[in-house]
Amino acid sequence: MLPSFRYVRPRTVSEAVKALAAEGARAHAGGTDLLGCLRDGVFDAKSVVSLSGLDDLKGISPTKDGGLKIGALTTLAEVARHPGIAKGWPALAQGAAAAASPQLRNQGTLGGNLCQRPRCWYFRGDFDCARKGGEICYAVEGENTYHAIFGGSGCFIVHPSDTASPLVALRATVKVVGPKGARSLPVEKLFVLPAVDHTRETILAPGEVLTEVLLPPPLEGAKGLYRKVRSRGAWDFALGGVALALSVKDGKVASAGVVLSGVAPTPWRVPEVEKLLVGKALDAKLAAEAAELAVKGAEPMSGNDYKVPLVKGAVEEALLALA
Amino acid sequence: MKKTITLDVNGVAETAEVEVGQTLLRFLRDGLDLTGTKEGCNEGECGSCMVLLDGRPVNSCLVLAVEADGRSVTTVEGLSREGVLHPLQKAFLSQAAVQCGFCTPGMVVSAAALLRENPEPTEDDVKKALAGNLCRCTGYKQIVDAVRDAAAAMRAGAVAGGEAGKPAEREEVPA
Repeated sequence: MLPSFRYVRPRTVSEAVKALAAEGARAHAGGTDLLGCLRDGVFDAKSVVSLSGLDDLKGISPTKDGGLKIGALTTLAEVARHPGIAKGWPALAQGAAAAASPQLRNQGTLGGNLCQRPRCWYFRGDFDCARKGGEICYAVEGENTYHAIFGGSGCFIVHPSDTASPLVALRATVKVVGPKGARSLPVEKLFVLPAVDHTRETILAPGEVLTEVLLPPPLEGAKGLYRKVRSRGAWDFALGGVALALSVKDGKVASAGVVLSGVAPTPWRVPEVEKLLVGKALDAKLAAEAAELAVKGAEPMSGNDYKVPLVKGAVEEALLALA
Repeated sequence: MKKTITLDVNGVAETAEVEVGQTLLRFLRDGLDLTGTKEGCNEGECGSCMVLLDGRPVNSCLVLAVEADGRSVTTVEGLSREGVLHPLQKAFLSQAAVQCGFCTPGMVVSAAALLRENPEPTEDDVKKALAGNLCRCTGYKQIVDAVRDAAAAMRAGAVAGGEAGKPAEREEVPA
């Protein structure tokens, strides 16, 4: 039995917003992360607000501009097997297919994948760590094999999502509805670095619900992929990875989205690499140069310096695969 | 806090009052005495608790029972019919794809979902479909072989119009 809580299952987004604005309310989308957190006492819930009755937030539909609208409650399995996403936005389809296990993808949602809590063993375990309001990040002096090499500051989690990096690379936006109305923002702006606030991963305020993800229309000559490196062949979080969303015109890169995963507390965009690629023909020399630049400034800890060559190799391989 | 739910479990309509914090797994085991569904890790890692929810495999340890209200659940008990084992269960026996047996119901349930979508899976298809089911004894080879044997038996049964070719599950997988 989980710790006791009140359970509500609203039928409209505005009812959900109201229920989620209450103190101690937690959103339940697929529930695959929430139930584990509640069971392990990572945080508690006065009330669980199930979004599963919000049918308007399910499904995938084309937008007028040639893009795609994905309801936040669409399962990862649906995103992974959607032929239109695989064709027009392959990095996202591959990211969704690489997340968790097939069974968890049947239950887990795209919105939930973006809003899930980190997997750091100190955060999940019985430690009063900085992210849970404590004084220190235990990973600094402790076991930090799976922790951040970029963007850590007071807390060194990595963001666990495999769909966040593809969505940032694709310049997708999210719609958020809250007590003050709706707003849209780039997926990149959804996430919060520890230097800004090390107790949360997203900008969502109490009462705010992520309702949809909007993909812009595919660019001419669009190519993309998501490369995930993990300890096992399946069902594991990324040790490191990269999402690429490029467009190629007349043999040259016309635009580039390059975003690392598994290495920072947020999806880790590398604008210097994006800038380097644009205007050039993608070849082995450029891929090597880009990979070198992608890990510039990495700050590995005592147990995770393997991530630097790992990510560098992943970037080089991924670029070559699109060359 | 309690809530009344109504759901279809292995073809039987069940109505029950459940604690809102009770998982589907505990409801099936403690409320309905369907103990074929196992509790392993209780955190979505191992797959022992696999059931079909509206035809798709999910980890029932991570589903609240209240979330199954109005939905259809198939457990391993729902795969056999009138005492006749499902072709997957027969193949697991003949391949000796069982050692301690704790993961077996979850394996069979995930495999049943695979065979409904893909009647002729390759070895790789089977491995991918069972990626969320862990076995600590067999090394997986017999399990993968059993699933492919069952697929072959079901195809042969379907051609012959025999009983083995007819899946025992009732609900359709949504498109």
